[in-house]
Amino acid sequence: MTTLDAKVPEGPIQDKWTNHRFDINLVNPANKRKYEIIIIGTGLAGASAAASLGELGYKVKVFTYHDSPRRAHSIAAQGGINAAKNYTNDGDSIFRLFYDTVKGGDYRSREANVYRLAEVSNEIIDQCTAQGVPFAREYGGLLDNRSFGGAQVSRTFYARGQTGQQLLLGAYQALARQISLGNVTLYNRSEMLDVVMDEGRAVGVVVRDMVNGEVTSHSAHAVVLGTGGYSNVFFLSTNAMACNTTAIWRAHRKGALFSNPCFTQIHPTCIPVHDESQSKLTLMSESLRNDGRIWVPEDADDPRPANDIPEAERDYYLERKYPAFGNLVPRDVASRAAMRMIDENRGVGPLKNGVYLDFADAIDRLGKDVIEARYGNLFEMYERITDEDPYDVPMRIYPAPHYTMGGLWVDYNLMTNVPGLYAIGEANFSDHGANRLGASALMQGLADGYFVLPYTIADYLADWLNTTPVSTDSEVFKKAEQDVNDRNEKLLSINGTRTVDSFHRELGHIMIEHCGLARSRPGLEKALAEIPVLREEFWKNVRVPGTADSYNSELAKAVRVADFFELAELMCRDALEREESCGGHFRLEHQTEDGEAKRDDVGQAHSSSWEWNGYTTPHTHIKEPLEFEYVELAQRSYK
Amino acid sequence: MDLTLKVWRQDGPNQSGEFREYRANGISPDSSFLEMLDVVNERLVESGDVPIEFDHDCREGICGMCGVMINGHPHGDQKGTATCQLHMRKFSDGDRIVIEPWRATGLPVIRDLVVDRAPFDRIIEAGGYISVNTGGSPDANLIPIPKDAAEASMDAASCIGCAACVAACPNSAAQLFTSAKLAHLNLLPQGQPERYQRTLAMVETMEEFFGSCTNHGECEEACPKSISIDNIALMNRDYLVAKFKDRRKAGQA
Repeated sequence: MTTLDAKVPEGPIQDKWTNHRFDINLVNPANKRKYEIIIIGTGLAGASAAASLGELGYKVKVFTYHDSPRRAHSIAAQGGINAAKNYTNDGDSIFRLFYDTVKGGDYRSREANVYRLAEVSNEIIDQCTAQGVPFAREYGGLLDNRSFGGAQVSRTFYARGQTGQQLLLGAYQALARQISLGNVTLYNRSEMLDVVMDEGRAVGVVVRDMVNGEVTSHSAHAVVLGTGGYSNVFFLSTNAMACNTTAIWRAHRKGALFSNPCFTQIHPTCIPVHDESQSKLTLMSESLRNDGRIWVPEDADDPRPANDIPEAERDYYLERKYPAFGNLVPRDVASRAAMRMIDENRGVGPLKNGVYLDFADAIDRLGKDVIEARYGNLFEMYERITDEDPYDVPMRIYPAPHYTMGGLWVDYNLMTNVPGLYAIGEANFSDHGANRLGASALMQGLADGYFVLPYTIADYLADWLNTTPVSTDSEVFKKAEQDVNDRNEKLLSINGTRTVDSFHRELGHIMIEHCGLARSRPGLEKALAEIPVLREEFWKNVRVPGTADSYNSELAKAVRVADFFELAELMCRDALEREESCGGHFRLEHQTEDGEAKRDDVGQAHSSSWEWNGYTTPHTHIKEPLEFEYVELAQRSYK
Repeated sequence: MDLTLKVWRQDGPNQSGEFREYRANGISPDSSFLEMLDVVNERLVESGDVPIEFDHDCREGICGMCGVMINGHPHGDQKGTATCQLHMRKFSDGDRIVIEPWRATGLPVIRDLVVDRAPFDRIIEAGGYISVNTGGSPDANLIPIPKDAAEASMDAASCIGCAACVAACPNSAAQLFTSAKLAHLNLLPQGQPERYQRTLAMVETMEEFFGSCTNHGECEEACPKSISIDNIALMNRDYLVAKFKDRRKAGQA
């Protein structure tokens, strides 16, 4: 069994990162060009890491399955990015951002990593501004901030409702500059299908060119995965259609531990499902909760349109239950509250599957112009999808899978337990514990890519000076290529009767019902019985048309869904083992008298990691105890 | 809704293509255009056929991955809307819909409705950035930026790089895309040091792949993000200035 060493530096928390940077190995500037690094994914984490490592002088190869690095799903992040600048003079500090993030994560993250995240947050804003990211500004020309859930200070920087787009374009442009300088080589429309190991360390990857189907190997001194999260295991989520778990799952199968897979975030403000043909869910930014008020009718099954329901017959349930934070409670709390309203048959909309998010008061108070300036693009998006104008009638929203806090286990250096293999951004499990606060994903992606990995990777690389990467002609690469080709051929040869999507949709139904907003032992056991049956049927009865040597998006999808089946099982097992409720993980067996999550800080204060033992042998469960020296463990209260 | 689709099918960049007709029956008016194609594709797979390939990803109108010609209009004829945000309620029962890939020499077809937009990356690589390395940036509030300038920059920066502007242009010109990036950076104080060099490099790279602008204005009409052709005027001005200016002294202008 693997033993875990998080390599957290000694010393007071505020000195750890500074001391660590002094203590770890460096690679001198003239030697950096002797190292090759592979980066998979070009979202905020991948693109910022590739650009920064290129600037330092490393030889970088970067891979994306999109046609351009700029398409990565970070681009869809709307609301903003947190930083402890305290520009608003409301009492923010690095320690407060650290404290809020640990608390928001329901005390299931590693203190030292979170503190470092808060520490570098300010540099991110400086860096992005210098790159030309057009953050929102006040009339005096200085940067504007807004509030997000789980915080009582305004620390969120934003660019309209398109913050992720602008930050990603900043990172993409920095990357483009390194590509033009020849420091980084870009492989677009290329999907990583395996990590290659030699003598217990990561030495390269196998990649499929999605245009001509060619499967090739690439070797390097280190491999970095910035491949995002796995919310698409639920089929319907706010993730882009192509988001998948394959890169991290393949790494997991090669020895990297997968941590806290059951920690998934269901975002409270998404547009409700309309019917079975729906392909994905659309997020309405959490920032809308700054000005929108959430309510449902007092009475169950109220048939009246929203604007006909008088004020006295509306239940602003978040303001009622959580007066201190009101509509800005953290996402997990808001989602569960919405779920309860719908369970009480107080849901709204044609399918009774939503709650109202109402801007009438804000429009009266601030005027339509101000609301339009803040949220115009979101209102327009809502109107396109629902055919309703949120300036006149309240939005309807419902929780949807959005982000996954779980991911590959990493140490303080962001290296997995596999030497030479790193995981950054949403792909790792590092900073958000059991629940991520709004506007913290962008912060973490860029922190990892710009300001953490470029330092920590040198500590590993220094030991490999003047070595050449393992040849791609070697046995380990040929074997991995063969496995990838065999898998593709196998999927194409089944020629059954059901489409990939039909399996994915069914898997999603199982997962959202039993491993979604609320989980229970009987439900999880039912899911654990159903998933293997469905997976077996998939491998006997899926139909994947076309060939492996051409553009074939059905084949790409089939490979991803096959991996989702294996991950889904592990998520349910992890959820079963975690006998407590914390953050996004809510076990019906573990709740307080008033229905809030009930943590078990004695028995469950650990991260839960899983080691792959082969297709037919169950995973080994490994726990990393979490110690809290600086934040006092307390029942989270947003009342 | 019952629809008839006339769809361009082409196996690869070097093969010839053709239109084929498909029935799309029982489509929900609340579906998006791409969800309608999903339904058609699932039926094609079930019947043993090869599905229609099209690019798409976020389905929120922000990644810029999707985009097809719908009845001759890039992204369809609803203004300011990407293909993924177009909903079937904008069509009528019984409609016949013609679906084609972007048609431009600079954007060759990869398969069916999928085109190669790599030239857009080449244009950005030529200078669509501000040359600052990670680290060492001054405090973000050191340089105040007038709100109006930041807003104008943001308007231009909203471009999603979908290439509808090229597809709409009779000359297959990429002026709107290129000028949007130039305006985003050239309107900001941080973009000034490289302003004229950036303009020259990006314009010249653009011209390697795409046609010339003759002020039709079709690009602005087609743009799903309603990017203004005023940006093209700014680009032309900067290009002219760059051609005359001694760049060593540009910072003193």
